[in-house]
Amino acid sequence: MSTGSFFKVLLIIILFSSKASAELTIEITRGVDNPTQIAVVPIQLDEVLPSVDISAVVAEDLLRSGLFEAMPRANMLSNPDDAKQVYFRDWRIVGMEYLVVGKATRQADQRIQVTFSLLEVPGERRLFTQVVQGTDNELRDIAHYISDKVFEAITGIRGAFSTRLAYVTATPGGGGLTFRLMVSDADGARERLMLESREPIMSPNWSPDGKELVYVSFETGRPAIFRQRLMGAQREQLTNFRGLNGAPAWSPDGRSLALVLSKDGNPEIYSYNLATKKFTRLTRHFSIDTEPNWTPDGKAIVFTSDRGGSPQIYKLQISSGKIERLTYTGSYNARPRLAPDGRTMVMVHRNKGVFHIASQDLVTGDLRVLTSTSLDESPTVAPNGAMLLYSTKVGDKGVLAAVSIDAGVKYLLPSRQGDVREPAWSPFLR
Amino acid sequence: MKCSAFKAIFLVSTLSLLITACSSSPSTTDTDAGSSAGTTGTGISNGGVTTGSVSDGGLSSGTLDTSGDVDTVFYFEYDKAVLTPDSLVALRIHAQRLIANPVSVRLEGHADERGTREYNMALGERRAYAVQEFLILQGVDGSILEVISYGEEQPEVMGSNDAAWGLNRRATIR
Repeated sequence: MSTGSFFKVLLIIILFSSKASAELTIEITRGVDNPTQIAVVPIQLDEVLPSVDISAVVAEDLLRSGLFEAMPRANMLSNPDDAKQVYFRDWRIVGMEYLVVGKATRQADQRIQVTFSLLEVPGERRLFTQVVQGTDNELRDIAHYISDKVFEAITGIRGAFSTRLAYVTATPGGGGLTFRLMVSDADGARERLMLESREPIMSPNWSPDGKELVYVSFETGRPAIFRQRLMGAQREQLTNFRGLNGAPAWSPDGRSLALVLSKDGNPEIYSYNLATKKFTRLTRHFSIDTEPNWTPDGKAIVFTSDRGGSPQIYKLQISSGKIERLTYTGSYNARPRLAPDGRTMVMVHRNKGVFHIASQDLVTGDLRVLTSTSLDESPTVAPNGAMLLYSTKVGDKGVLAAVSIDAGVKYLLPSRQGDVREPAWSPFLR
Repeated sequence: MKCSAFKAIFLVSTLSLLITACSSSPSTTDTDAGSSAGTTGTGISNGGVTTGSVSDGGLSSGTLDTSGDVDTVFYFEYDKAVLTPDSLVALRIHAQRLIANPVSVRLEGHADERGTREYNMALGERRAYAVQEFLILQGVDGSILEVISYGEEQPEVMGSNDAAWGLNRRATIR
């Protein structure tokens, strides 16, 4: 990579303190009928634990998956901190199925070490004991790590609690909107400001290693695609064409972006090689072609086109150029995102004039509407394929909402200020 | 961390401003745009420095004549990019003035909030193109017209109702 390719911007990235920020908070509107009963016993430290209540974060993670109900602390008859101290009877009589116990100790190097165990109450057995370490600033990471391990042991699904979200906020004031590109933990905590502008910011999308974002910013007075590292200040403008420069989507191998340019008169999808900086045009049609998303194998792109008269989703095989239409139900299907299995596609679907999030099984063709709010858009699937986030409106305000891929679990992430939109769920980070 | 630390600091050199001005001039070709990609960054607006002032530097001198209360905003039907008869009356006047006094203008297209954001970017562009095509048909030099779509990102009015949506589906000349 040439040394001149990155122009340096001194961009100060702020770490919000967990108390002062306008964090997203969770309220579950619907869960599964028979959630697994789990007790996460408070994890004690010989000294007072700084700032973060690890067990509370674990309990909230599990609760937010919709698959668990966490026992209130006040109801716990005892507070064991390792498996040997557990009297299973105490937990069986209150209907618990699983128990998480743990103990925190401060190491000589000042790091905190948590030893935690997952116990199955009816079978009276220990499923595992693990150790995790971190600094005082990494207590939430420790908690999400515990959640991931517990979730996977019980459900068989890899936990996605240690992932992140990127999203855009728009806040009115000063005679216009202020746009901010934000990154937070998957639970909405630890919001960080990546970019602030008085001109629009759109379409954030993660690199497959979770270390960079691409997005559209109008800061030059026109839409342009930028690439930015999460850590540090490195930032690069990738496109500067006449017309649309939009909808960047990072390829699964990390080497290319799919993106939209209208420099030749109407929106077409291109691939952009990040190493050679060469653009390759992938679509040729006088209609709108936009919103590309790669299949997990990187061999095809799904995208929105109105070539059939209304916006519908098509699939382009990159090697052959063959294009096939995927959606036939309804007069508006747009902005596809594929789940990690490559088989489930989520999208914006209009039904009787109302915009919902729908999923379609690409093998059977079955379409299922997942949401019941209105003006739903920008679906993004968790890297484990279990949940998806989308933006919707509550009153006149844009908020983020989550729904499980089977529509059984729903929750809102209300923000305290501004309009929140365009969530993008990171890949697995470790 | 303090709130004052929110203010990002940017290095916007005079040189990069000059490059921006060149690359944003209406005569820029696709090839030029491609080769200059990655060199034209400007700071994110902060404090009094707005990005608008940077882009204005790229336009030729002179301003659009809007005297005599000629409309500069043109509204569209839902999911349509067809100019209404009302718009044509005003656009003919703009065309005559731009032929007599060719100044660079921005034709900005917008969509209402319904539908997906990037698709609405394309829809907004179609609306701005409808204005551009009409002006060119009237004899205006196409090289002074720049089309920019804002999609649904810059609504004229907030609100999720028919009245707000109607005001937000628009193209502007300025």
